[in-house]
Amino acid sequence: MDIKEYIASGILELYVAGTLSEKENEEVYAVIKEHPEVLQEVISIERAILFLSDAAKKDTPYSFSRLQKKLNGNAPKIIPISKSKINWSQFTGWAAAVLLGSVLIYTVNQNNTLKTQIAAEKQQLEKQIDKASNNLAEAEKLIEVFRDKDIISIPLAGQVASPNSYAKVYWDKKTNSIYLDAKGLPEPPKGKVYQVWSLKLAPLTPTSLGTIDTFTADTNKIFAIDNPNDSEAFGITLEPEGGSASPTLEQLYALGAINAAP
Amino acid sequence: MSFKFDTLALDTFMDLELLILQFQKKDVKAYEKLYNMYSNSISGIIYNIVKDSNVTQEITQDVFIKAWNNAASYSSKKGRFFTWLLNIARNAAIDYTRSKTNKQSKQNLNSDFFVDILETHKSLDDSTNAIGLKDIVSKLTEKCKSMIELLYFRGFTQKEAAEELDIPLGTIKTRNRSCIGDLRTMLGV
Repeated sequence: MDIKEYIASGILELYVAGTLSEKENEEVYAVIKEHPEVLQEVISIERAILFLSDAAKKDTPYSFSRLQKKLNGNAPKIIPISKSKINWSQFTGWAAAVLLGSVLIYTVNQNNTLKTQIAAEKQQLEKQIDKASNNLAEAEKLIEVFRDKDIISIPLAGQVASPNSYAKVYWDKKTNSIYLDAKGLPEPPKGKVYQVWSLKLAPLTPTSLGTIDTFTADTNKIFAIDNPNDSEAFGITLEPEGGSASPTLEQLYALGAINAAP
Repeated sequence: MSFKFDTLALDTFMDLELLILQFQKKDVKAYEKLYNMYSNSISGIIYNIVKDSNVTQEITQDVFIKAWNNAASYSSKKGRFFTWLLNIARNAAIDYTRSKTNKQSKQNLNSDFFVDILETHKSLDDSTNAIGLKDIVSKLTEKCKSMIELLYFRGFTQKEAAEELDIPLGTIKTRNRSCIGDLRTMLGV
């Protein structure tokens, strides 16, 4: 497709106006996903209309707070803190220390048992996933297995940094682990590694699940990663070797949200 | 640890997609950001149709409540988020004028274009903005002013716009492209 010609046809202006058919809208969306320059064009057109319609407003902006009262969302609840004469901070300090200690011990124990428990399963699954990408019949069988095991599959779509990339996450909540099928990602450049993120959406909080250091060496590009988080989405960014503390958004390669209703 | 929204342009694909995802999960904070991005434009569109500030404020609020309640029905596959809001807003405003014209005497929908609103803009707060835009808009050809009014402010279909402007249906796309092109050159976007 000649992208310059496509842009010049005027279809994107009508896309923003909302006069295209549902089918045409989906076609434009597919082209946007493939060609960042088309997205840029759409954003510019939209911005021109935003300017113009913004100026057609006569009075001052309406505050959000008036609207907010009428929304039945999960706004943060306010917990009142009452003052007391007892030196609670000291008690709380000790209580927190004890609690933290026992949680730590519990977690370590839990982690060890889980590790041994899932090691075998992990290996088996990794083998199965590998086979699946070669063989459709195998894949169908695998789907059965996944269903039985309550494994959630989350497709990660390519983003602006690499629109053609894709990946898939199979999340086994029971064993707190994910299997990342990263075959749809390009080889990372020298000195860079892929880093996997678990995301909470409200509020947006990324948690690193670690870097994929063996990407080039691994042949099936399926990676088993621990994920104890209550994830709502997964993302993959390209980071300098060793990983980063927070994701580099410009280098977001793939992103996908979990659709399951809460 | 969190993404730094303020250091990045909000309308990069990724940021907007994430904000919309959060909004669909009923995150009020995310919705506030979207509201701040679009509410002025949406009420501009509504004002252009209903020509009454109080009514505009009411309908704007209704539109954003409706969008919130129907968040799940939006999908980026179906079009831009702004376009989705635009559709809700235009329909709500047109519904209002229809119900009003039923009760009162007939009202000519085409009496006032967005250009007239810009020309009589009295707000002191953003007067510079409006005056600049007034100059810009006055440089557009009459055909372009009408084209933009019909397609964007009133939500005419291509066929309706072609009939209203008395031009062949096949030329709407390219003519509108060139009008928006002129506008973008003047606005520098």
